[in-house]
Amino acid sequence: MKKIFALTLITAMLFSLAGCSSSEDVPTLTVYNWGDYIGDGVIEQFEEEFGCKVNYEMFDQNEDMYTKITKAGGEYDVVIPSEYMIERMINEGLLAELNHDNIPNMENLSQYVLDRDFDPGNKYSVPYMWGTVGIVYNKTMVNGEITSWNDLWDPQYEGQIFMMNSVRDSMAVALMTLGLNPNTREQADIEAAQAKLIEQKPLILAYTGDEVKDKMIAGEAAMAVIYSGDAANILMENEDLVYVLPEEGTNLWFDNMCILESSEQKELAEKFINFMCEKEICEINRDYICYNTPHQEVWDSLDEATLHTYPSADIIEKCFIYKDLGEMAKVYDEMWTKIMVN
Amino acid sequence: MKKKLSPLSLIYSLLIFVFLYAPIAVLIIYSFNASKSRGTWGGFSLKWYAELFSNKDIMQALITTLSIAVISAVVSVVIGTAAAVGIYYSRRRTKALLTGISNIPMINADIVTGISLLLLFIFLKLDLGYVTLLLSHITFNIPYVILSVMPKLRQLDKNAFEAAIDLGATPLRAFFSVIIPEISPGIVTGAILAFTMSIDDFVISFFTTGGGVSTLSIEIYTMAKRGIKPEINALSAIMFLVVMTLLLIVNIRSSKVEKKKER
Repeated sequence: MKKIFALTLITAMLFSLAGCSSSEDVPTLTVYNWGDYIGDGVIEQFEEEFGCKVNYEMFDQNEDMYTKITKAGGEYDVVIPSEYMIERMINEGLLAELNHDNIPNMENLSQYVLDRDFDPGNKYSVPYMWGTVGIVYNKTMVNGEITSWNDLWDPQYEGQIFMMNSVRDSMAVALMTLGLNPNTREQADIEAAQAKLIEQKPLILAYTGDEVKDKMIAGEAAMAVIYSGDAANILMENEDLVYVLPEEGTNLWFDNMCILESSEQKELAEKFINFMCEKEICEINRDYICYNTPHQEVWDSLDEATLHTYPSADIIEKCFIYKDLGEMAKVYDEMWTKIMVN
Repeated sequence: MKKKLSPLSLIYSLLIFVFLYAPIAVLIIYSFNASKSRGTWGGFSLKWYAELFSNKDIMQALITTLSIAVISAVVSVVIGTAAAVGIYYSRRRTKALLTGISNIPMINADIVTGISLLLLFIFLKLDLGYVTLLLSHITFNIPYVILSVMPKLRQLDKNAFEAAIDLGATPLRAFFSVIIPEISPGIVTGAILAFTMSIDDFVISFFTTGGGVSTLSIEIYTMAKRGIKPEINALSAIMFLVVMTLLLIVNIRSSKVEKKKER
């Protein structure tokens, strides 16, 4: 008897404890974003202007975010996944259709970032940040200018090139060099890309991740494939570095803001998205995150060096966005493994 | 008794220590680097320490991490020690079964534990946040406490407890003045282990937290997209020194106690 009493008491205590954490009259908005991906004070400013509280949480991979929101969906209002994840979430009915009347600031966004294939008409998502993949090179270590993906196969740079340690990004580089579709599902195309990458191996110093930034600053190699945001960061640290978007075109990626279907604060969430599209906020984020801003005026007001890391109109025409590979993803992985062990 | 180390084994152990501690040494040195990049040395500076202490998010996460680690260590030590004693004094079959069951959560993959706890909390309609985070940490800490207390119980002189009872102590009194002091090294190890496991954990915390509550490991892991900030070097350096000092104090104290005993 005593035991049962003790047990009930403990359970009751736990529940009352849990109850404490969530009782306020102010509306609460929960935002789920990538880590370290928002300017200082932006959240506080929103809370102040709209008289609400923001729970700000972070994830480090689209897949982790997906697991968490499908299991604990009711907890989140605004999420900021990448484009391929948005496509999947739209198909699964996880995202709410946006009321564009509540997001008038969308007008100020660049035409290049709106109405993309993964979300036609931006019915479900509004761009937050975007970027490209390009080549960063050290002008003291190369002859002439680098302009094409083909330069990554130039034998004079033996052992002086960093490629990305990422299946999708490196295979896409090879496919673009060959003039093939980077989203290809053809076995023959994938094999051709594999052969191209194996041919390139003697020129490669290493397949890198995040550390490529430090290595390029330190001048360890002549050139590297790199994300535009990282490039903007390291150009400030070493004057000899130049960032180019190859003439063949490149990969465009997007992180867009979406509202979950299960959200109970849809209107406040739309206000949040609208707020994030304000010029002043986009400026703060551009300066803090260094990735490409979707805001046209903020884009136009960039200094020349940074502007150079943004793709020009005719390059954007040639760019592609990753599509889900479906079953072929496995084939890509196998090919990549063979390249790495070769 | 003590043999002198041969030069070869000296070099061998030196190498091992270099491998173990060189990364930490580099981290501490770079926490004083004025340049943001890890590739270049921009001169000595304390600016990352200053920025660390003025960074609200990191400081808040530090407080959460430490409070969760301390509370979960204390609670799991109490529950775990009681469980270990219970398991030890149960019948042989039950003992084997209970030991097995309490070991499973340790070898279970973190992601499985994390997601199942998440599902449980949602099933119980608990709001994700500090409380659920704490409950999860207590949960995964308990097996480690049991694991470190069990061997000490095995070393225990079986007659000591009975002797205390014979001398007129109540069972409770005998437990607290005979058994607890004997197994206390195991309890301390368990507490330290639980504390470290709690600070270390990312996966389970990631899935069981909510409501804007975030720990250091969540802060650091999620920075991966844009690269780890140098403030984190500063923070890690401080944490390393604090843990190092704590361990030294504990070790010096226990060696003093042993010396006393020897006398």
